[in-house]
Amino acid sequence: MDYRPEVITRFSALYAASRDGFRKESPELLNRHREGAYSDFIRLGIPDRKNEAYRYTNLEKYLSHDYQGYYLPVEEDFREAEKFHCEVQDLDVWNMVLLNGFFPHGDKGLIMLPGGIWVGSLRAAVKQFPAMVEKHYNRYVDNETDGLVPLNTALASDGLFIYAPRNTVYTKPIQIVNLLHSEKDIFVQDRNLIVVEEGAQLNLLVCDHALSPQHFLTNTVTEVFVNRNARFEIVRVQNQHNNSAKLTHTFIHQERDSFASSNNITLHGGLVRNATWHLLEGENAETHSFGLFLADKHQHVASFVKIDHAAPHCNSTQLFKGVLDDNASGAFNGRIMVRQIAQGTNAYQSNNNILLSEEARMDTKPQLEIFADDVKCSHGATVGQLDENALFYLRSRGIDAREARLMLMFGFAHDVIQNIPIEALRDRIDTLVMQRLRGELSRCASCAIQCN
Amino acid sequence: MKNDFLLQIKELKASIDNKEILKGLNLEVKPGEIHAIMGPNGSGKSTLASVLTGREIATVTHGTVTFEGRNLLEMSPEERAREGIFLSFQYPIEIPGVSMVNFMKTAINEQRKHRGQDPLSASEFLRQMREKKELVEIDSALTNRSVNEGFSGGEKKKNEIFQMAMLEPRLALLDETDSGLDIDALRIVANGVNKIRRPDTSVIVITHYQRLLDYIVPDHVHVLYDGRIVRSAGPELALELEERGYDWIRKEAEVSAESWTTGQK
Ligand SMILES: Nc1ncnc2c1ncn2[C@@H]1O[C@H](COP(=O)(O)OP(=O)(O)OP(=O)(O)O)[C@@H](O)[C@H]1O
Ligand SMILES: [Mg+2]
Repeated sequence: MDYRPEVITRFSALYAASRDGFRKESPELLNRHREGAYSDFIRLGIPDRKNEAYRYTNLEKYLSHDYQGYYLPVEEDFREAEKFHCEVQDLDVWNMVLLNGFFPHGDKGLIMLPGGIWVGSLRAAVKQFPAMVEKHYNRYVDNETDGLVPLNTALASDGLFIYAPRNTVYTKPIQIVNLLHSEKDIFVQDRNLIVVEEGAQLNLLVCDHALSPQHFLTNTVTEVFVNRNARFEIVRVQNQHNNSAKLTHTFIHQERDSFASSNNITLHGGLVRNATWHLLEGENAETHSFGLFLADKHQHVASFVKIDHAAPHCNSTQLFKGVLDDNASGAFNGRIMVRQIAQGTNAYQSNNNILLSEEARMDTKPQLEIFADDVKCSHGATVGQLDENALFYLRSRGIDAREARLMLMFGFAHDVIQNIPIEALRDRIDTLVMQRLRGELSRCASCAIQCN
Repeated sequence: MKNDFLLQIKELKASIDNKEILKGLNLEVKPGEIHAIMGPNGSGKSTLASVLTGREIATVTHGTVTFEGRNLLEMSPEERAREGIFLSFQYPIEIPGVSMVNFMKTAINEQRKHRGQDPLSASEFLRQMREKKELVEIDSALTNRSVNEGFSGGEKKKNEIFQMAMLEPRLALLDETDSGLDIDALRIVANGVNKIRRPDTSVIVITHYQRLLDYIVPDHVHVLYDGRIVRSAGPELALELEERGYDWIRKEAEVSAESWTTGQK
């Protein structure tokens, strides 16, 4: 039986209730988009496996769970969350914590970092930069293929906001720690907006943690505008637990001569689906989409990428890798669209996966639509086991079989990690991945709240 | 039980995919001895190296192999390595993403753990790396890369001998380490092997060419033909093979195989 009508009814009730609830506190600028988004959601519904982009991903188990409500921020929760410092050794970052998709209130709502970059809550940004938010909010999303995107627009009322004005450069990475913590099973919707103006440079690290064992469903939409000659890099480290489902939809819009890079490192989570859309709207732009996941038990990790070459002389790279054990499953759907105008395009895609058990399963599907003639495009996908010859080579030097397997898996994973530009962060992620491969919980050493 | 032999192979038979490759091979190696094994392509030289190092592609169906008096065939590949067996591969494997440094550090420390020693300190490890790199004149750029990844044929062979220098084996099997090396590299690699050797280190050199044996002078030369050692003699045998090829060996071997089968009947 189709589980979806009941879930849609539940979300509709939530939407109706929001009129008298959080919408009252939410800025008008965000509220203005809700009606249209809600009707888009009703029109598109919840994606099922007939939707090409969800062909191998079944949301039922996580969406049909009865979440007890929608989280509303309470001040004292934040005091607890503030204790959380996710320090990365030798890594000098500027750090901010979101709890269940919300920023703490008060002065820290929106602050300016040295160098002139603004970081903080989207709600606060609406007050301080109304024209700018209005110009970019809800402009880059795709509202035609996936009902979960407009659902976020209909319901979300806070999230991360970053504004890098013209030629601003912040040398340290900005670290955002997304915490999930609740006594109830909750549904979280955060909405993020990042604007990187001409010539500016921004480096973002987003860490997702679940601090309590409750069931969490997170539906995140992030819009990124990268203006001419600007540079934007994001690394996400997803480290939740098996009761949590994390769905991200990231829309990166790039103007001419710009550079963007997205790297999703998925260490833990019951169901994780990262959809990343890169629109190359201006000439000579470059974009990279990376992903690495390690899955075991019954976890499912899906990556959806769409690179839209809509201007000439742009370059794109996709490199996605997965290691799957036990009954884990994964999916990769990578689309490259080269529009007629996009002459001189270089587009590269690679997806490699290792299955460690007989039961693990990986589905990979490239989709290329090319309408220009001067195009260099390559793609390749593999699903296989560890290389027996390499394994023997390591063992023949005295390295035991288990360690040799770990080294090979790590080497396989490092291929993605090495694209992280900051060395200290790269080393940290190497360590987390190694711990994960060794079966230890990858917990940050200096974490004040111990993850279960 | 005291045994004079470091390695003793008796009536060894082994198959790959149910096809018998080694057909009753005997070989005895004493500590400090150098043995050369020559023989036509496909005669089973690399298969012997696989059996001795525990590679699963070959299945032993008959015979015994003892190393320092212990049953070698019962040991895992890693145990054999820690006990001091080293193979310089005919075709070294590329391992993307695994750095040479991490690889060597892990290998050395596993060996030390096996001997009840503490792991090497970082500085001591680096000192050894430097020293051994000089020994085989290997470029530092290579040891900063992933294992064998993108190395040329000759660089891969040098890298094998570099690893041998780091691990200081009791028994080194060099499977065509000379092929693919230019004249200078051959000299460097061969001299490297001589410098690495301690008086009790034994070496089995598998080669097609006399050249290498000018540097690494064998005590015994064996001809492996169709899965058996059909002739053993001193270093002069290598010269004779170089001159006359394998045809005469082949004829002799076929005659003796015939008489052997008729004798059985
Ligand atoms: N993996 C394999 N699968 C099937 N047959 C194999 C395999 N490896 C070796 N053989 C076969 O075993 C036989 C012996 O091969 P081996 O590699 O031991 O010969 P070799 O004496 O080392 O030859 P060369 O001088 O060419 O290196 C050959 O007939 C070869 O085809
Ligand atoms: Mg061979």
